[in-house]
Amino acid sequence: MEPSLARYIWTHTKKQQVWILIIVLLSMIPYFMSFDLPKLIVNGPIQGSGFEQPGATRPFMKLHYNVPFIGEVQFFSGFQLDRKETLFALSLVFLLLVVINGLFKLYINTYKGRLGERMLRRIRFDLVDRVLRFPPVYFKRVKSAEVATMVKDEVEPLGGFIGDAFLQPVLLGGQALTAMLFIMVQNVWLGMIAVVIVVIQIVLIPRMRRRLIVLGRERQLTARALSGRVGEIVDGIGAVHVHDTSNYERADIAARLGLIFKIRFDLYQWKFMVKFLNNFLAQLTPFLFYMIGGYLVIQGRLDVGQLVAVISAYKDLPGPMKELIDWDQARQDVQVKYQQVVEQFTVDGLIEPRIGALTIDDPAPMTNPLSAIGVSIEDDGGAMLLDRISLQVKPGETVALVSTATGGAEALAEAFARLNWPASGKVASGADDLLELPEAVTGRRMSYASSDVFLFQASLRDNLLYGLKHAPLTPVTYDGAAADQHRWNMHEARRSGNPDLDIHSDWINYASAGATGPHDLFEAVRRVLDAVVLSRDILDLGLRSSANLTRHTELARRIVELRAALRTRLEQEGLSGLVVPFEPGAYNKEATIGENLLFGAAAGPKLADRALAANPYFASVLKEAGLDRTLYEMGMEIAEQAIELFADLPPDHQFFQQLAFMTAEEIPAYETLLQRLKNRPYEAVSENDRAMIVTLSFAYIEPRHRFGLLSDELMSKIVAARNRFYENLPPELQDAIERYDPAKYIAAATVMDNVLFGRVGNSHPDAPDRIRSIVYDILDELGLYAELLDVGLDFNVGSGGRRLTGGQRQKLDVARALLKRPDFLILNRPLSALDHRMQEKVLRNVLEAARCDGHSPAIVWVVTNPAMAAMFDRVVVFDSGQLVEDGTHETLLAGNGIFKELLS
Amino acid sequence: MLLKDEVGMLQRIPLFSGIESTKLKLLAFTSDRVSYSAGQILFRQGDEGDAAYVILSGSADILVDSDSGPIKIAEMVPNSIVGEIAILCNSSRTATVRAASPVEALRIRKDHFLRLMREYPEMTIEILRVLADRLSHTTADLIDARSAK
Repeated sequence: MEPSLARYIWTHTKKQQVWILIIVLLSMIPYFMSFDLPKLIVNGPIQGSGFEQPGATRPFMKLHYNVPFIGEVQFFSGFQLDRKETLFALSLVFLLLVVINGLFKLYINTYKGRLGERMLRRIRFDLVDRVLRFPPVYFKRVKSAEVATMVKDEVEPLGGFIGDAFLQPVLLGGQALTAMLFIMVQNVWLGMIAVVIVVIQIVLIPRMRRRLIVLGRERQLTARALSGRVGEIVDGIGAVHVHDTSNYERADIAARLGLIFKIRFDLYQWKFMVKFLNNFLAQLTPFLFYMIGGYLVIQGRLDVGQLVAVISAYKDLPGPMKELIDWDQARQDVQVKYQQVVEQFTVDGLIEPRIGALTIDDPAPMTNPLSAIGVSIEDDGGAMLLDRISLQVKPGETVALVSTATGGAEALAEAFARLNWPASGKVASGADDLLELPEAVTGRRMSYASSDVFLFQASLRDNLLYGLKHAPLTPVTYDGAAADQHRWNMHEARRSGNPDLDIHSDWINYASAGATGPHDLFEAVRRVLDAVVLSRDILDLGLRSSANLTRHTELARRIVELRAALRTRLEQEGLSGLVVPFEPGAYNKEATIGENLLFGAAAGPKLADRALAANPYFASVLKEAGLDRTLYEMGMEIAEQAIELFADLPPDHQFFQQLAFMTAEEIPAYETLLQRLKNRPYEAVSENDRAMIVTLSFAYIEPRHRFGLLSDELMSKIVAARNRFYENLPPELQDAIERYDPAKYIAAATVMDNVLFGRVGNSHPDAPDRIRSIVYDILDELGLYAELLDVGLDFNVGSGGRRLTGGQRQKLDVARALLKRPDFLILNRPLSALDHRMQEKVLRNVLEAARCDGHSPAIVWVVTNPAMAAMFDRVVVFDSGQLVEDGTHETLLAGNGIFKELLS
Repeated sequence: MLLKDEVGMLQRIPLFSGIESTKLKLLAFTSDRVSYSAGQILFRQGDEGDAAYVILSGSADILVDSDSGPIKIAEMVPNSIVGEIAILCNSSRTATVRAASPVEALRIRKDHFLRLMREYPEMTIEILRVLADRLSHTTADLIDARSAK
């Protein structure tokens, strides 16, 4: 990138800068005309000069010019207007000029703003583009939050400056020069005084500003470091809590903020100091005019008229000068910011743009062997990880890399994946240096997965398909307003030097996964998920989440069929007792009282959990049903029992997991509440307290809690209250609840709850597992297995994938590598979070799944356990950065080398 | 059967007889009430031991695998506890327990059981006493068996 901001701006916006300058100069014409007009109006029609005779007329809009050599030429003789007509005409011209001036101003400001925003967009894009091209080693040294703050905040002020970058100095300089010239014309000596002061300003002020620049740079660096530290705290929050270092972090942040404060305060002090001096110098000139000029007048060496003319001409000088100096300040400010950012983004060994160039067509398969030729790799400290290793992997070969702790096999795998650049030697595909091949080849024909997985904060599906999104493959057609918007988007992208790739296009390369389109991609997805033994986890996620009904219509459409199938199956297996179904007219003993009352799923907070008992409509329904008092008494009984059982347990006791009514933290509050309400008549208890107590009863399940609080009479009252609740449901609550309906899918409930449409009995400890496997069976039979897996794939994995377990993340990474069916599959201890048995199972599956439909990739697998090497064609052993053994599993086992040692 | 009845049942089991009733109530509350129909398996020999069971009603057979199929070695009647050995010594189940008639039981989870033992030494001593008692019985049986040979 250009080291100088001015040049960067000029290179990209010279045409626009010239254009806006021309427009501004043009706008001067009506601007100055509007200065002259008031005088014309006052002198002419108002005071009557030229209209001395009644009925006199004057020409209006007479166009005549004195052309040199030819003399006066008249273009238009003008309209003859009388005094009143002239007044109106001139006033209308004034109005017209006001409008024209305003329009010019609007156009200029809009234009400048757009120019600035486009440049800002260009700079930001350039910066991110560079991030995408940094060599891998760079990322070991920078903090992501610092890079982010550079791209986002530090270049922000540039946008506002760019429109004025060239315009302002030209314009203001012109104005200042004109004013200066005017003074000179009036009186050379007084003019000289003004010149001297201006020169002092021009020399002195920038000198004083040097310190401002230094401070500005410090401010920027400290602020950037602050955001880096904040980012670190967020990423390392676990370490902070584990080591009780939160106060250390507090101290660190406070110290940094203190430093930033000091720098900023210094900055302000200097800024206002400079401002003060500047103002003082500007005011000094009139002082000198009055004193020296006045003295000269008294002496009679200058006439009064001249002095007055000089002083009035001078009033036009300080304005432009001040603005010019402000502009210079802004220039230096953004120049510093720009330089600071550009320095950080100027890195040696930037990846060539052609390596990452957009390639639509898929490259030909890599049929050449992949070889490391004399590869040495050093770590950041200069220690040798690999010492002149040569190794060739033939297409279709499966190679296990076995490594001692200091072996260096991981570094080799990283070198194969281009994540670690060799210090000497090269990694080559055939005769081509791998680092010279476009990413379109290596990124599509090779795959890499390691134990260090990064997932984006998106759905499982997006993360899984991420490895297929190389290029926008389908043109998207837009209609109507969307088409206009799209055209505008693309036009603007091009004007700012951004690529015009459409993010809404379908980027998924189906062919690479062995599919032809979205409809059959799923088969490939299922195959890889099965291979890494992740399908079951995703199905479980699917069952536990509520399906997005716009996407998963099939589930909703066939829900009745599903529920019926589940009932039939349970009956066939004699397991009907496991699930108690919801029936609109019956009490469900295995569900809570709250569920039985509502008989629906709360959508939104209005009727959910604790808000339910406090809801006025719900309370009124309870009252009408004669339940308010019963449930209150029941709540009191539950509170007493719960407090008796749990009051003297420490709050972190695991038994609290069994207490559904209240949390450990609420116990003391309920204890005092109970003390207060005991022996108080129901009528004397406040609404709030009632709600607090009644809400306890909502969590009660008789077969589970066994307090003996539920009678047949109570159950029928509850069912009656349920019907009453829905009969008069006020409109504002219509959307807060979805009533259970045997024939309808409940959007707010999970898939599992929808299929069950009932509650699993509490008296069978293995019931949930059995039911889950039956549900999977049924979904499979009805062809809805894929749909459920798809629901599970909607699961958002969270920041960095942290909502998944380490093992799940690693499995997902391997699945992603497998999905694109590469020619070379590089796996670098990919499953280290799993136990050995699981690792071996996945390894076996992956070796098998990689070789489907006639495709047989080479697989290089850095194994965590030497025993796993038995499943590979070839085993290569590393020790202390050296390749020490290479052969088939049998030959190495027969030998007496390190491999045998490692195995035993 | 309600919680308070369960507490009464627990009190009649020697293992728990020395423990005050509020603690037993807590134990009962945090345990799961489970029911099995005749022929259902409570747990199998070789499974990991994750809970002990107190039989509240019905009866269950204790079966041990042998070459000639399962052999019934004992029968559990109400007020008896089964499966506590496996959760005490982290071993797998030494026998299979199958409901002989419809069984109602209280399932005490391993972590809850251990937690209670840590917190109430009197209960631990009681358990030790029962175990030692069983050991002496087993030893006596062994001597009988050896001398019968």
